[in-house]
Amino acid sequence: MLKQTQYLSKNYGKPDSWKLEMYEQGGGYKSARKALSMTREQVIEEAKAAHIRGRGGAGFDAGTKWSFMPPPGDKPHYLVVNADEGEPGTFKDRTIMEMNPHALIEGCIIAGYGIGAHAAYIYVRDELHLSKARLWAAIEEARAKGYLGEKPFGKDYAMQVYVHTGAGAYICGEETALINSLEGRRGEPRLKPPFPAQYGVFGMPSTVNNVETIAIMPSVFEVGGDTFSKLSELHAFNDGGARLFGVSGHVKKPGVYEAAVGLTLRELIFDLGGGMLDDRPLLGVIPGGSSCPIMLEDEIVNIEGDERFAAYNGKSVLDLPMGVDTYRRTGNMLGTCCAIVLSDRADPVLACQNLIHFYKHESCGQCTPCREGCGWLERIFDKVVQGTATMEELDRVHEIASNITGNTICAFGDGAATPMLAFIRKFRKHFEDYVQTGGKNQTGELGWLATDRRAAE
Amino acid sequence: MAFALNEEQERQLKSILERYPNKMAACIPTLHLCQEANENWVNEDVIQFVAERLELSAAHVKGVVTFYTLFNQHKPGKHQVWVCRTLSCALRGSDQILAHCEKKLGVRCGETTKDGRVTLRTAECLASCGTAPMMQVDKDYYENLSIEQVDRILDRLMYEG
Repeated sequence: MLKQTQYLSKNYGKPDSWKLEMYEQGGGYKSARKALSMTREQVIEEAKAAHIRGRGGAGFDAGTKWSFMPPPGDKPHYLVVNADEGEPGTFKDRTIMEMNPHALIEGCIIAGYGIGAHAAYIYVRDELHLSKARLWAAIEEARAKGYLGEKPFGKDYAMQVYVHTGAGAYICGEETALINSLEGRRGEPRLKPPFPAQYGVFGMPSTVNNVETIAIMPSVFEVGGDTFSKLSELHAFNDGGARLFGVSGHVKKPGVYEAAVGLTLRELIFDLGGGMLDDRPLLGVIPGGSSCPIMLEDEIVNIEGDERFAAYNGKSVLDLPMGVDTYRRTGNMLGTCCAIVLSDRADPVLACQNLIHFYKHESCGQCTPCREGCGWLERIFDKVVQGTATMEELDRVHEIASNITGNTICAFGDGAATPMLAFIRKFRKHFEDYVQTGGKNQTGELGWLATDRRAAE
Repeated sequence: MAFALNEEQERQLKSILERYPNKMAACIPTLHLCQEANENWVNEDVIQFVAERLELSAAHVKGVVTFYTLFNQHKPGKHQVWVCRTLSCALRGSDQILAHCEKKLGVRCGETTKDGRVTLRTAECLASCGTAPMMQVDKDYYENLSIEQVDRILDRLMYEG
């Protein structure tokens, strides 16, 4: 159900939207003031009531995650904000850091207080120079006003926020790899348990949250957790509030849009995204970043064993509300809620090859199945595209991908293998055509530059 | 000659160290600082310098340098151009953008022009999917690119400043 909102995006595109003055004109920093007057337990309860499912991809309830932190004791606690946005197709967090950085700073104060942390590290990927500059400037502004520092808003609760940069490694978006990287090591994921709430950054209790998860908190505390949760069509599924949706690829108006949870892919592509580029038919859509399996319009929802989902059964997957549980139950993932759209001019075999190249490049190399498996898959798909692969090699993709999934320390291996299996399964004919005829019947095209694209809109 | 930081850079290093409870955590930010101070690359002298200042082994620092793609182990050109090649950009024609850059600069992807002015590379997703195709030049993003815009950007890099 299309219900556009403007909690995070109301100042997007306005001049100086990143400055404190603009943020305060819209009621900024009132929520942090309010949260600091509450008890730590009340803050966590309010966050729980909002049912914010982590916006970074895993979809875990943010308030519940905060509640895992031990009570403040001798050890310092840390808040870590994951701004290592590098999932292909995902570009929503960048807009927050560039156009609304104070929402993130205010969110850090609220979350930091809730989990008992006096320091927050925002781990930003190094490529995002504008994001880093805007965040540092916002931190300075907030410090100058006394919102950060020894006594934010007069409350005796010291709070500092720092920006920490990565150096170009997608794996550092994984929470334990991020912790390693923040500690000054190679960004290799760690085994869990212990979970960061027990043993996190610098060996201390830590919470790692996504940028959007933290930046939405001021809005939660402004309207109240329960009210915020009820914006969502999926409130009954404990998937609350509003969030940012991204759409890219073959649509007329790619971009980031804010709407209540419960938006469907069809609405994202055709209403917010302006419809298909050049009005071509839809070939497929990758719903939430490249780790999610590609979906086709003619796939039908069939969720058994839960009456609550019955209303969606029999519909196209494009008409299923985009929620963590709704997507999980269809065997897909919501991920970061940023869709990549392919029209029928795009060759799915080339799209698959493009993605495996990414995963091969970004595998940290720690686990053998992922390191070797991604390389093996890349070699096979390269041969497919060159027309030199055999059917046996094509069949071997299943075996290799199945040996990666579930056999690695972190979810990267699954994130690489699952989309490959979906491509092979759903576009088997296209792959076979490459093997048998060298791709004679395929478009042989992935993308194109439309010089008059903007003029045509 | 051993690597050293100037006074202003030393001040920046001090401010980096103040952010963390231990020195190791400053490893990546310090490497960034030193890379920038060393014509955008990290050589053995820089590794030694960082190891000594942060009380780490040179092997640890080298391990960090080789893990992350943004630490250059060879001296790049004066300007670095990254064309994003990942799926959203590829769907919007980044292959054509890259091919055009190669032709205009007269180098293959990964190489530096003979005059040492421009290094051309591809990047894996720069979080600019909604404004594809795009490329990053040094620290700036250029989005929604057309061939004409690429020409203007490259002309500036090749012939000015």
